[in-house]
Amino acid sequence: MDVVDEDGAGDHAKRRVIQRQAASITAAVAPFGIVFGAAAATAGLSLIEAIGFSVFVFGGSSQFAAVEILGDGGSVASAAVAGLLLNVRSLAFGVIMAPALAGPLWKRAAMSQLMIDESTAVGSAQQGLRWQRYGFVVTGLAVFAVWNLTTVIGHVAFSGAGDLIDDLGLDAAGPAAFLALLWPRLSSRPQRRTAIAGGVIALALIPVAPAGVPILASMAGAAVANVGRHPEETS
Amino acid sequence: MSDATIVLIVLAAGTYVLKSAGPLVLGARSLPIRVQQLIDLLPAALLAALAVVSTMGDGAAIVIDARLVGLVVAGLALWRRVPFVVVILLASAATALTRLVV
Repeated sequence: MDVVDEDGAGDHAKRRVIQRQAASITAAVAPFGIVFGAAAATAGLSLIEAIGFSVFVFGGSSQFAAVEILGDGGSVASAAVAGLLLNVRSLAFGVIMAPALAGPLWKRAAMSQLMIDESTAVGSAQQGLRWQRYGFVVTGLAVFAVWNLTTVIGHVAFSGAGDLIDDLGLDAAGPAAFLALLWPRLSSRPQRRTAIAGGVIALALIPVAPAGVPILASMAGAAVANVGRHPEETS
Repeated sequence: MSDATIVLIVLAAGTYVLKSAGPLVLGARSLPIRVQQLIDLLPAALLAALAVVSTMGDGAAIVIDARLVGLVVAGLALWRRVPFVVVILLASAATALTRLVV
C-alpha cells in the first residue's frame, strides 16, 4: 500500500506526474466554466451572483442545474433542491478523502470546500495518504482558480460556448480523464468487479433517477456487493 | 434579495455541509477494517460511474453519440500506455472528428 518514495528525486517525479494529471483535468473543466458563466448571464444572474455560485457552491453540475431551473422560471426551492441533490455525492467523496485530509480543524474546513469530482478523482487515484492529499489539494485549487476565471469570461464575453465545446470534442475530455484515473485500478480483480458494477448501476439508473443519484447509488451498491466476498484480495 | 441570491445562499450552505461532513466529523479517526475495505473500493465505482454518466448521460436519457468514440479511443490509448495528457487530447480529437464526419 505505502509506495511513498524515500528519495527526494522520486518525490519530485511523483509530484510532476500528479501535477500533470491535475493540469489535464483542469483544462477539461475550463470550457464548462465558460458555458456556466454564459448560462448564468442568460438566466439573468448578475456577474457577482455568477461568481458567488462558482466560489461558494463550487460544484459544476449543481450550479448548472440551479441556474438552468432559475432561468426557466422555476421556484427558489426547486432550484436549491436540484442543486443539493447533485451534491449529495460530496458526502461520499468526503468519506473517501477524510483519512488523507487529516490536520487542524481550520485546514480540514478549508480543504472541504475543494471536495468536487475532479479533486476526489485525482486524489483517490494516488497510492498513500500523503499523495492522495497532494493530488486532492493541487487539483482542487487548480480547478477552483480556472473555474472562477472562466465563469467571469463566460459571463462577460461568450454566449455560444456550447457549440465550441461540441466542435472541439471537449465534452469527451471529462470521460477520458475519469477512465484514465480508473485504469491502474483495473488490474486488481475486486477493483475491476467494483468498477464494472458501478458503471452498470449508474447506466441503468440514468433514465429513472434524478441527476446525481446514479453516481451516488453506483458507489453504495457496487462497493457493498464486493465487501467481504474476498477480503484478502481487496488491497 | 433576488431569487438567484437566495438559491445561492441555500445551495452554498447545504453543499458545504455535504462536502465537509467527512473531513470534519470523521477526521483521521481510523475506521473498522470492513469500512476501510469499502472505502478502498469506492473510488473504482465512482470513477466508472462518472465515466459512464458523462459519456452516455444526457439529462434523463441514455445517449450513444460521438463522446462514446472518444471514450473508446481513450481506452485504446490507455491500453497502449499513452501518457495521461495525450489520452485526453486523443479522446477529444476523436470525438470532434466523429462529429465532423457523421
